[in-house]
Amino acid sequence: MRRVNSKSESLWSEEFAVEAAAEQYVSRRQFSKFLVLTSMGMFVGQIWILVKNWFRPTTVYKEKPVALISEIGIGEVKLFSYPEPADACIMIRTAADHYVAYSQKCTHLSCAVYYEKEANRLECPCHEGYFSVSDGSVLQGPPPRPLPTVVLKREGDNLIATGIKL
Amino acid sequence: MNRRGGLTAIDGAMALIALLLVVQMWLLTATLEAYLSGHSEPIFPAALISGLIFVGCFGLFLFIRRIDANVRITRQPD
Ligand code: FES
Repeated sequence: MRRVNSKSESLWSEEFAVEAAAEQYVSRRQFSKFLVLTSMGMFVGQIWILVKNWFRPTTVYKEKPVALISEIGIGEVKLFSYPEPADACIMIRTAADHYVAYSQKCTHLSCAVYYEKEANRLECPCHEGYFSVSDGSVLQGPPPRPLPTVVLKREGDNLIATGIKL
Repeated sequence: MNRRGGLTAIDGAMALIALLLVVQMWLLTATLEAYLSGHSEPIFPAALISGLIFVGCFGLFLFIRRIDANVRITRQPD
C-alpha cells in the first residue's frame, strides 16, 4: 500500500486522496478519531441509563395474603403469584416457624426454579443454576444475580407478601 | 520531533485510548446489569467515571493530532 505521508504530499491531498487505494488507507489519526467516537458513544449510553433511572417509577407493592400456615408442612413448598398474577413465586417452609419466598423466575434466562429437598436448594433445570434456600444467592451455574426475595409477614394463620427485595 | 518518535508517541497514545475503551465498555456492561437488576447506586458514579474516561480519550486524541501535525510540519527525516 502506498504511504500517504510522503514528503511531496500536502495534508489536504492525503485527507482527500484521489487514488482509491490511498482513500482506503486508515491513518492512525482517523482510527483514533473512531476510538474517541466509540468512547463518546459509551458515555452517552451511561447518560441514557442515568436518565432512565431518574424517571424510573418507584414500585409500590400491595400487601397480599399468599398462603395459610396450616397448608404447608415443614420442607414443603407452595407456589403463588406476586405482585402480579404473571409473577410466579415459590414459598418454602424451612422450619416450624420459618418461611422463605422467592421469585420463581431464574435470573439467568427465566426458567422456573424448583425446590430440591434432598440438597436443600432451589434448582433451575435449564442450565443447572442452583440458589441458596436461606437467602436466594447463587450457589452455582450461570445465573448472574440472586433470586428476588418476597418479603413475608405473618398475621394469625395468614402469610402475607408485602414486597420484593431485589 | 522526528517521524519515528512521533509515531511511537501516537502508538502509545492509541494503546492508552484502547485500554480506556475496554474499561469504559466493562463499566457500561456492569452499569446496565445493575440497572436491570434494580440497583441504582452505582449508576451515577459510573456515568461520572465514564465521562472522565471520555475526556481522557479526547485529550489523548488532541495529543495525537498535535504530534501528527508537528511531525508533518517539521518533516524531518527518520
Ligand atoms: S435459565 Fe436458569 S440457569 Fe439458565
